[in-house]
Amino acid sequence: MDRDDIKLEQPLAAGDVAYPGHRRHAPPLYGVMAEFENPTDLVAAAHKVYSLGYRRINGYSPYPIEELSEAIGFTKTSLPLIVFIGGLIGGLSGFFMQYWIEVIDYPINVGGKPTNSWPAFIPITFEMTVLFAAFSAVLGMLILNKLPQPYHPVFNLPNFALATRDRFFLAIEANDAKFNHAEVVDLLKSLNAVAVNDVEV
Amino acid sequence: MSDEAQKPYTEGPMHSTSPVIDPGLTFASVTDKISSIVLKRKTSLAWFFGFAISFALFQLMLLAITNLVFVGIGLWGVNVPIAWGIDILNFVWWIGIGHAGTLISAILLLLRQRWRTSINRFAEAMTLFAVAQAGMYPIFHLGRPWLMYWLFPYPNTMGIWPQFRSPLMWDVFAVSTYATVSAMFWFVGLIPDFATLRDRARSKPFQILYGMLAMGWRGSARHWHRYEMAYLLLAGLATPLVLSVHTIVSFDFAVGIIPGWHATIFPPYFVAGAIYAGFAMVLLLTIPLRRFYGLEGFITMRHMHNMAKVMLATGLIVGYGYTMEAFFGWYSGNKYERFMIWNRMHGPYHLYYWALILCNIITPQFLWSKKIRSNLLALWIISFIVSIGMWLERFVIVVTSLHRDYLPSSWGMYQPTQWDWAMFIGTIGFFFTLLFLFIRFLPMISIFEMRTILPEAEVEE
Repeated sequence: MDRDDIKLEQPLAAGDVAYPGHRRHAPPLYGVMAEFENPTDLVAAAHKVYSLGYRRINGYSPYPIEELSEAIGFTKTSLPLIVFIGGLIGGLSGFFMQYWIEVIDYPINVGGKPTNSWPAFIPITFEMTVLFAAFSAVLGMLILNKLPQPYHPVFNLPNFALATRDRFFLAIEANDAKFNHAEVVDLLKSLNAVAVNDVEV
Repeated sequence: MSDEAQKPYTEGPMHSTSPVIDPGLTFASVTDKISSIVLKRKTSLAWFFGFAISFALFQLMLLAITNLVFVGIGLWGVNVPIAWGIDILNFVWWIGIGHAGTLISAILLLLRQRWRTSINRFAEAMTLFAVAQAGMYPIFHLGRPWLMYWLFPYPNTMGIWPQFRSPLMWDVFAVSTYATVSAMFWFVGLIPDFATLRDRARSKPFQILYGMLAMGWRGSARHWHRYEMAYLLLAGLATPLVLSVHTIVSFDFAVGIIPGWHATIFPPYFVAGAIYAGFAMVLLLTIPLRRFYGLEGFITMRHMHNMAKVMLATGLIVGYGYTMEAFFGWYSGNKYERFMIWNRMHGPYHLYYWALILCNIITPQFLWSKKIRSNLLALWIISFIVSIGMWLERFVIVVTSLHRDYLPSSWGMYQPTQWDWAMFIGTIGFFFTLLFLFIRFLPMISIFEMRTILPEAEVEE
């Protein structure tokens, strides 16, 4: 999971020198990011990092790689359930809206035929099911992904613009229980990465 | 998706001559080539020329609509007994064209037809723009379009509700759901490409514009996982939806008791006709477009062959539909049904019927030949003829069925007026206006999906 509760400011300890530039404080670390040239290296590295016990890790790629989400241990999503419930609500509300209108609130006697002419209600019931399910799929995906999210620390990495072109990234986040800066940098450097960089919050 | 779907596309022996994507392409070249059409390429004079013509015709549509709203529906040639003239015909024609986009993006995705990748974005855009044209016709055909909100069930001071047993109400729900779901499907497909454009754009306004549209997409593996799930579910929802929409459009006719409308074959025959017309339109548009923008590496001859084959197959289904209509007319033993089919073939509108047979049944038979399928000019001309043929089909169904029903005393003739034509030509202008804006400002080929079918996309274990 991406965390939103990272502490943004760390107080300057007495006697410390202010961070170079205009900042008073050293920006806290979001994590360490390794850059790879191809998907195979990225997936292999993700497997290795996961097997070493790191859990707050994430991969970034220009296109969906199924092996990558498996490698970082992210295989389950509640989206299908959300879509199912959305569709169910849509279908039920679609049918009972018509039932209530045509049977209870505004019955019209057409040649003595039954007012609950349910087969005639099916097309709209179906359309409402699809409409609600589709909205659930799109909004559910965006909400679970916490999008829209205009700012994210990974965008601070200058080369990250290539994550939407031809470069592959693996991040070990600083709030991982096992996180130790020097160890993590060494580990990522040993994994065929073309570059390893700190990412500031 | 399974392992099989992740593999790059490999050619079977049958298609060794036409690959699905140019083998020399890489992640970088795919990205740069498609995004540069939007970001770097100088807008050509031809684009401005085409846009200007489309925009002028779009003004004609606005003029036609303004006049229609001021004067009333008497401006059109519709009158009892032919209350549904070419406006309802055009509604069916446009929405049918839209269906190919959903078929390519949703049904072919579920069927793992990976060649769809380079044409789905464009076809989905075509769907959206065609549905926009289609939606206008029933609204302006209402006569008092400013009261169109009466179609929706909302509590009102009149104390009345819509009649949900009417196919016309089903139509309202089907078409509005279809438009909404198509728009969402299209937008979701665009999010990762907006992120690509955001990162490639050099000018500030475009960075901000695409940045806002990308919503902060960063290609996170967790995001991709949910994204792929959402996309797959949307495809699974859009597939029955597209079939239901044209089924319901056919119910507008089939539930009525007019001879020539009241037939059980209508739903499948309408759906096949919609796909037929839609693929004709996709070919009609992609053949010049790939040439003009040099996209032969993405949209290869393989695509042309496949689309031609889909057109041939659906054309044969449509031909079966026509045959069955004639057979039902004879076999029913009902004199009104028999008269209906006789009237189609020999009545005052017989030329439309025979032109329809020529355009929709005879012309596509040329597609059996591989030589013709490989000839882009021939393919383009056949697609054009099929588009006209599908328009004629709806003319035959709508007008010739209505103009002579049971009682000879209520027979009549129908002639579209200049304002009918102005509205039709105007919607073509509006359609192309939207299309020109689309190819200029959005990536017309799905960049991230193209990356997935490259050989280097494969993860070696």
